[in-house]
Parts: sequence; structure tokens; C-alpha cells
Amino acid sequence: MATAKELRASGATPLVEMKDISIAFGGVKAVDHVSVDLHPGEVVGLLGHNGAGKSTLIKILSGAYHMDAGEIRINGDKVEITNPRDARTHNIETIYQTLALADNLDAASNLFLGRELVTPFGLVDDAAMEAECRKIMGRLNPNFRKFSEPVSALSGGQRQSVAIARAVYFNAKILIMDEPTAALGPHETQMVAELIQQLKAEGIGIFLIDHDVHAVMELCDRASVMKNGQLVGTVNIEDVTDDDLLSMIILGKNPGEKTGATADSVA
Amino acid sequence: MTDATTQPTQTQETQIKRSLFQQLELDTRLLGMVGAFIILCIGFNLLTDGRFLTPRNIFNLTIQTVSVAIMASGMVFVIVTRHIDLSVGALLATCSAVMAMVQTQVLPDMLGFGLNHPATWAITIAAGLLVGTLIGAFHGWMVGYLSIPAFIVTLGGFLVWRNVAWYMTDGQTIGPLDKTFLIFGGINGTMGTTWSWIIGLLATAMALFGLWSARRSRQGHGFAVKPLWAELTLAALTSGAILGFVWILNSYLIPARRLKRMMEARGETMPEGLEVGYGLPISVLILIAVAVVMTLIARRTRLGRYIFATGGNPDAAELSGINTRLLTVKIFALMGFLCALSAVVASARLSNHSNDIGTLDELRVIAAAVIGGTALSGGLGTIHGAILGALIMQALQSGMAMVGVDAPFQNIVVGTVLVLAVLIDIIYRKRVGAK
Repeated sequence: MATAKELRASGATPLVEMKDISIAFGGVKAVDHVSVDLHPGEVVGLLGHNGAGKSTLIKILSGAYHMDAGEIRINGDKVEITNPRDARTHNIETIYQTLALADNLDAASNLFLGRELVTPFGLVDDAAMEAECRKIMGRLNPNFRKFSEPVSALSGGQRQSVAIARAVYFNAKILIMDEPTAALGPHETQMVAELIQQLKAEGIGIFLIDHDVHAVMELCDRASVMKNGQLVGTVNIEDVTDDDLLSMIILGKNPGEKTGATADSVA
Repeated sequence: MTDATTQPTQTQETQIKRSLFQQLELDTRLLGMVGAFIILCIGFNLLTDGRFLTPRNIFNLTIQTVSVAIMASGMVFVIVTRHIDLSVGALLATCSAVMAMVQTQVLPDMLGFGLNHPATWAITIAAGLLVGTLIGAFHGWMVGYLSIPAFIVTLGGFLVWRNVAWYMTDGQTIGPLDKTFLIFGGINGTMGTTWSWIIGLLATAMALFGLWSARRSRQGHGFAVKPLWAELTLAALTSGAILGFVWILNSYLIPARRLKRMMEARGETMPEGLEVGYGLPISVLILIAVAVVMTLIARRTRLGRYIFATGGNPDAAELSGINTRLLTVKIFALMGFLCALSAVVASARLSNHSNDIGTLDELRVIAAAVIGGTALSGGLGTIHGAILGALIMQALQSGMAMVGVDAPFQNIVVGTVLVLAVLIDIIYRKRVGAK
């Protein structure tokens, strides 16, 4: 199988194309004519300050927000994503920064929330869901034991693994991770890094939102940097240094550009 | 993992006690409520020289509880999703007024059915349930789709529907109601002893089957199950409770004079020394059916799962693709349906529609749900808890009336108990570490 880099070089159709996306909230342009794309087996980092628009951009893809203008193509076909269910039917799964777990329900109920397994009578089949939950958790986090307790009783790492299990279980082709390691300790962060490598090898395309430039340098193939709702630029990670990325984030200027260039001149 | 380590300071005895409850997997909170209810009943029984725990009083207590308990089970879903419904008493009044008008004026006079036509009760109830469901759905639409807070929508509804009922009936008491309709009220419609036993045995069989199939399903997936003795104890407790309840209601005998009149009406003469028990009232059967169906919805359907998920974290529910707006409409429509069902029971029990029917019921219903463990912060609550809450409230009220507590003190006590119950609940939840 060709790597993401070869696919891109050969001009193959990307897995996801978000073209010229704009959205405004009450006059504030949260995302302003931004285009990004993603190939199978590729990890694209989205970087930027708080409020740069990266989470908003990605929530358009996951169906939480509805864009004002622009188009989304999946495998070259234009698609309409107006709610989270649409995103799920296109195999787009999201791990939100807040994890989006119902704290009062157990791990299995959260894993299958919105897609419950049912018995032939149409009743939810808790035993079957717990069995599936045990299977996937055995793969992701073998130490996980608290299957019958509400997720409010779990540690940050355990909650994270429930959220990740939910994204992975349903055969995601496109995975969106919004700061997946923000609440985790070093060991669990390492686990997420390994998982990303594994999913990448399976040919899943991943958008990774992160504040941590080092994590992005380590995990991503490319990085798109946003500032004030606009795209500063997209770079190959191999071609840049940490400092290049930082100056894109802070000053809004692409590598090699003259000092003093403003964000507006780039956009 | 630190979970597996035991604390050496714990005495052997407390460990055994704790594991006993754990092995039975009984809800300790529920046990606490049952305990409080039993203490309450025994206390009143002592104060009234044994008049409180007679079959007659237990019979009356259950039929008085039905109307509030039916609505309380719907209120659980409303409160679990972080809403509130202040209009249930007023909605009950409107549904009752609609049904009173349908069965005393629309059907007999305008459509020429005459009095006590065999189809009257069915058409009446269908009309009432339809009106209740539609009004509830309308409330839900305003809350879900127009984003008006439920407190405001139902506060408005409280004023509107109370007075719609008044306007429809000109404030008059409407009666007498259809003869068949009255069997849903309680004393005028009981199953008799034989059928009560049959129903009790069927219910026991179903409960046992439920326990068994849940165990088998867990075993099928190779999960840990309770030890067999725990399962058998639970089965014995369940069967005992069901059959004991039937036995008590069966031992409330129809007074001889009333029985004589009933038999004479059928053209029979009463043999000397004949004793006939009332058995299960139909209204109580309705409540049990509501409790079973609502519990099934809460635990075993997607609707119930979404209700609790939305209550636990509305954003997560929305992001999981749950249509929370439509869900709100469904919850309020269900609440409206149950208000209408309560209206059937309440007006049939009074054998007429009076202008003040259901007054203050909204507060009783909310109190029952809250005493029953439904958290106003959302996501937590059980149907059986709410029904037990309604029973505790009713026992408190009628117990105090029997003891002869002055009316103002009765309400002072009920109000205090409500606040105390919630305080105890908060302390309990903190102790066990649950949210």
C-alpha cells in the first residue's frame, strides 16, 4: 500500500477535502475561507492559538456546526453534513476535547450511545453491548475493569479510553482528535501516540488538533496552522522545525517569509 | 491498581455485612426508602391503635396514591432531562373537563348515544388521552424547538389549562359520570379475590422469569453473576411482596349491606354469612402497568437510554447524534398522556369532575419524584422510586389526618419532610461518592 506521501505526490483524490470553508457567529468570522485536506493513512495536525478557529473548523466536519459557505468532499464526492449522524454515516468519528461522555451511564452505554445494539424485540441489549465493550477495551486498555460503574467514577485516562473506543469501534475511516492527550499523564499519552501510529497503519486518516508543537512534530505528517480564523499555511513536517511552526502560530508567517509580513498578507 | 487492596482497619463483621448487600446487588438507597416507609406505617399504626395498618386503610391508601404516582413516573423523565413540569395538575383538570363534557354532553346529547352507552367510556378515555398527549407535545415543542425554558412554558401552562378547564365547564361540577367509566376510580372497580390471586400469580411468574432470563443472558456472555442464594432470596422477596399485597387487598371485605345491594341489583339474594373481598382495584392495576412500561422504557429502550444520556450530558447526547429537541417533545407528550390517564382515575374516583380537581398536584408529583431519588440536576432517577415517593407522601398525609393533626401542621410536616429527604439524599450520595 502506498504511503500518504506517495498518494499525495501522485495526485490521488484525497480522503477528505474541505474547500473554502467559512462560518461566522454573530459577525465574527470564526473560520474564514479555509481549505484543508487529508489522505488515507495520513495524520494532519491543526495548530493555532485558542480561538484561532481550529476546533470550529473540525466541528463543521463532525456535524456539530453547519458551515455558511464552502464544500466538503469525501473520496472526491461532495457531501452534505448537517448533523453528527450524517458525519457518522460517512465514517467520520470524533474524539472531543471534552470527551462528550454521559457521566451517569456506564462505559458500554457510552460506547454505543446513539447506536445501541438491540434484541430482536427492539430492546437495548446491555449484555451484548457489555461483551463488545469488554472486547474493545481489552485491546485499547487491558487494565480497564469498571464496566458496571458510571463513567463519572473513572480516572481521566480511563474516560479517555472510553472516548477513543467509541471512535475506533465503529470502523472509522476519518478520525478527528481534539487535543486527545490534554488530560492525560505521560504513560497514557504514550498509549495514545502508539494508537495513532496503529490507526495510521490501518489506513485511517486523522485530523489531530493539538497545542503541543512537539507532539505534532512527532505524530503528524503535515500541519495546517490557523490564526484569527484564517489559514496561515500547510507544511510538510519533514521540511520544518519546531521554531518554524511556532512562528507560524504566533506571528502568522510561513517559513522563509520575510520578517514583518502580517497574517493578512498571507491570507 | 489500588482497588483490590482491602483496608486492614475494617472489622470482619462490617465486611460481611457489606458483602451481603453487595451480593444481593440491592439498591441501598431504595432499601432506605422502604425502611422509612415501613417505620412511618408502624408509627402511625401505633398512634392510631392499629387503625392505620388495616386492609381497609391500605386499600384506601393505594387508591389515593394512584393518580399522583402515575404522573410522578412521567415526571421522572422530565426531571431527568433537567426540565420541570409545573402544569401537570392543571393539565389533569383540562383532560378531566374534556372527558366530563364528552361523556355527559357531547356523546349522550349531541351525538344521541344516550346515558351509559357501552362505547361511551372508551371514546371518552381516547379523547382525554389524545388531548393530554397533544397538549404535552405542544409544551415539549415550545421547550425543545423554541428553546423557552420548561419552567416558563409550564408555569404559563399551569395558568392556561387550569382556566381552560374552568371555561369549558363554567366552573360547575360535572356529574354523574358514565357507569363504566367509574370502574377506573378504585372502589367501584375491583377484580374480586379469585382474579386478584390469578393476576398476583401471573405477576410473580413474570417477575421470576425476568430474574432468570437476566441471569441467563449474563451467563451466556460469561459475565459474573450473583451467587444462587442471593438470586433465590431476591426471588423470594419479590414473590412475597406481590402475593402479600394481593392477600391484604383481598382481605378487605365488601361491607355486607353493600354486597347485598350489589347482588340484589343482579337479581340474586345474598346467602347468610357470605364474605367477599374487594381484591385488586383496576386503578392500581393501571398504575402497575404504567410502572412496568415506564421502567421498561427507562431501562431497555433507546428512548430511555437517550433520556438518561441527555440528562447526564446534553452536549454529549447531541454530539452522539441524538435529536434532543424531538426527544423533549416525546418526553412532554408522554407526561401529557400520563396526566390524562391520571385524570381518568382521579375523576372516576370522585365520580364527577369538580373545578378544583388536581389542584396542587404539580407540587405533590414533583415532591414524589424528588423524594423518590430523582435529582433536579438531571441524569438520575427511577420509576419505582417516584412511585414509592408518592406512597410515602400519601401515607404521611392520610396518617396525620387519622391521628388528628391540624390541617396547617399537616402541610408544614409534608414540606419539612420534602426538604429533609433531599438533604439526606445529598448526604447519602456524598458518602457513597456518587454524584
